[in-house]
Amino acid sequence: MDEALTYVLLMLASTLRVATPLVLCAMGGLFAEKGGIVDIGLEGKMLMAAFFAAATAAVTGSAWVGVAVAILAAVALAVLHGFACITYRGNQVVSGVAINILAAGLTVVLGTAWFARGGQTPPLTGSERLPPLFLPNAGDNVLVYAALLSVPITWWIIGRTRFGLRLRAVGEVPIAVDAAGISVAWLRYRAMLLCGLFTGLAGAYLSIGQNAGFSRDMTAGQGFIALAAIIFGKWRPLPAFGACLIFGLLDATAIRLQGVKVPGLGEVPVQLIQAMPYLLAVFLLAGFIGRAVAPKASGVPYVKEH
Amino acid sequence: MQTLTPAAAAIELREIEKSFGTVHAVRGVSLRIEKATITGIVGENGAGKSTLMSILYGLYRADAGEIRVDGRPVGMASPREAIGHGIGMVHQHFMLVDTFTVLENLVLGAEGGPLLAGGIAAARTELARLAREFGLSVDPDARIADLSVGEQQRVEILKVLFRGAQILILDEPSAVLTPQETDRLFGILASLRERGVTVVLITHKLREIVAVTDHVCVMRQGRVVAERRTADTNVEELAELMVGRKVRLDLDKAPPRLGEVLLHAEHLTLVDGRGVRRLDDVGFELRAGEIVGIAGVSGNGQSELLQVLSGIRAPDGGRLTVCGRVIDADHPGDPAEMRVLGLAHVPEDRLRQGMVAAFEASETSILGYQDGAPFTNYYLLDGPAVGAHCTGLMERFDVRPRSPTLRSSQFSGGNQQKLVLAREISRQPRVLLVGQPTRGVDIGAIEFIRRELVKARDAGCAVLVVSVELDEVLSLADRILVMFDGRVVGEVGSGQTDERALGLLMAGAAAA
Repeated sequence: MDEALTYVLLMLASTLRVATPLVLCAMGGLFAEKGGIVDIGLEGKMLMAAFFAAATAAVTGSAWVGVAVAILAAVALAVLHGFACITYRGNQVVSGVAINILAAGLTVVLGTAWFARGGQTPPLTGSERLPPLFLPNAGDNVLVYAALLSVPITWWIIGRTRFGLRLRAVGEVPIAVDAAGISVAWLRYRAMLLCGLFTGLAGAYLSIGQNAGFSRDMTAGQGFIALAAIIFGKWRPLPAFGACLIFGLLDATAIRLQGVKVPGLGEVPVQLIQAMPYLLAVFLLAGFIGRAVAPKASGVPYVKEH
Repeated sequence: MQTLTPAAAAIELREIEKSFGTVHAVRGVSLRIEKATITGIVGENGAGKSTLMSILYGLYRADAGEIRVDGRPVGMASPREAIGHGIGMVHQHFMLVDTFTVLENLVLGAEGGPLLAGGIAAARTELARLAREFGLSVDPDARIADLSVGEQQRVEILKVLFRGAQILILDEPSAVLTPQETDRLFGILASLRERGVTVVLITHKLREIVAVTDHVCVMRQGRVVAERRTADTNVEELAELMVGRKVRLDLDKAPPRLGEVLLHAEHLTLVDGRGVRRLDDVGFELRAGEIVGIAGVSGNGQSELLQVLSGIRAPDGGRLTVCGRVIDADHPGDPAEMRVLGLAHVPEDRLRQGMVAAFEASETSILGYQDGAPFTNYYLLDGPAVGAHCTGLMERFDVRPRSPTLRSSQFSGGNQQKLVLAREISRQPRVLLVGQPTRGVDIGAIEFIRRELVKARDAGCAVLVVSVELDEVLSLADRILVMFDGRVVGEVGSGQTDERALGLLMAGAAAA
């Protein structure tokens, strides 16, 4: 009995740990998407943030400075995306892809130049990492709780504030917002700033919370999984959070099943379970979740008619 | 208003100038709009009336000139500033967020604080007051997507009043309304005037100007060419002022000489992806030598009907016989085959269906007929032959400019329509389907297009005209079918009806 309970608790803790970057990333992406900006670049922002968090922590010895610099790095990329898509009305998908490629390359180049470890940062110890808050050895650092809090906060901002109302409107009918005398560009830039903030936290969690250092391509597609979670959640914070938990659970199961022999089947191929989120994504997106209705102006640059 | 001194001006425009690149859209316009009146601004497409109002509302900045509100000169750099001066605008295309409720739309941009709850509650109270005062009732918690077009327009007006506007600009407000909804709108405008609101109405429907306004201002080619008290003028004079010459919109046409049935629809049904019946048991006959008009508020199945009749979509049920060929769900036709049968189609959406905007006019002039002689030999287009064909059409249909190499999108709406119509009529079709023949077309071209349609009829063509303009259906058609909710709810001879009776049918009153 006790053993089963322990097992469930361990799985739960493990799920939350794995889901944390997904949740933070999904909430960040939600702000961008609600405002009508498609953000394929969640992955790149998270990767860049992870690198700068680990690099800063390694150099300064402080995890907190690492978190701050990670946020700055992700915000910088978010503003870059905004510059390309909002100010210069570029293609949002192309800009997002460019940011992903930029982050994948730049982190390795800078890492090699600064630390000469083949793109990795030095291993982090002690105060260079985020400490667990309440439960020793459970990895419950402050960002895990931040992720849990980010969901109601996102829900509240989008649903209950003036900014949220305007943001939703700008993602649907930007010309209505313009006609009401509100700046479309400034709203969208603010959405990108929030997106940068959350993806920055997600990246920092990866390299100085969950792991002890940065390794190349360590985000491994989680930014895309977060994007899928947004779509499963039909662009609503709570369902998106649920989708992140499901993906987290699958991942936690994969970790736990490593090397376990199932009677009659032999060793479970872990790769299969690790591939589950992606398979699930394909199946669900193929229509099992019903019609997911994206914000209407999603991906469309706002051009004032003349 | 009862005083004998000149009434106070709500708005004064002085020597307003505006150019877009080489286009001189507004040329030295001066205009005085009196307080608590309804002023109409009329003009053809491109006459500058919408540009002028956009300048007044701060959407564009004038190159020169002065705007005075209540006698004080003001800068008008943004809509926000205009709203601040008590000016509100109801755009032709509604500026509403479909997924929002009425209240959420109402407070957007005037939330009254960083949190929504308080603003929404205050808006609810204010909405109830406005509803009482002006008879503008709308369910505050309904989603915009669930409202009728007339109700959506009321929300737009409420939005403007909610912001405390004393001056209300409406751009083509009746374009999307049934005659009954239009009457209701005019009732609302009158009650606004009673309460001191100044209304400016931009429209090209002269009958409405005469019905509801106090003053009327006619614009042509960026200038104000006339100002009249509505009581001192009439539709004929206004039409002439708009175009700059005499116009006859009522057609003289001989009674139809009916021939054989060329198109016969029986129990046509079309179901869309969501299971909604877009066409429901539609049946009628179309004979050689007659024009049948399809009237209805847009979105009641007319577009789908055209798609089925022209072979773009196959019906899900029922049968269609075109020039002897039977089409049903198991034997679908396609547009190319229909052309061979002698059916020509001038689509409602000429920019997307009638032409390729980026193509040259000469290419547009053969689109759909490009295969085989005389335009193609051995898989290659015969450029000179195509060019000569296009020049011929342009001559005959007075398409301007007469430049076959100009991109189709560079022509004005009226000239694009003439080009598409020329292409189809020049094939001497047995059946001609025309969707919205004069949408976005200026008044001079309207006259021309309608005459061409009557000519085709007199030559023995069976013509079907789908139009949301009641005037048009009434003047063109020999018989009128009214569509509502995918069904044909009435058929009337054009001589035996009027706008009012048609409007009731269009609103589904007879069917309900």
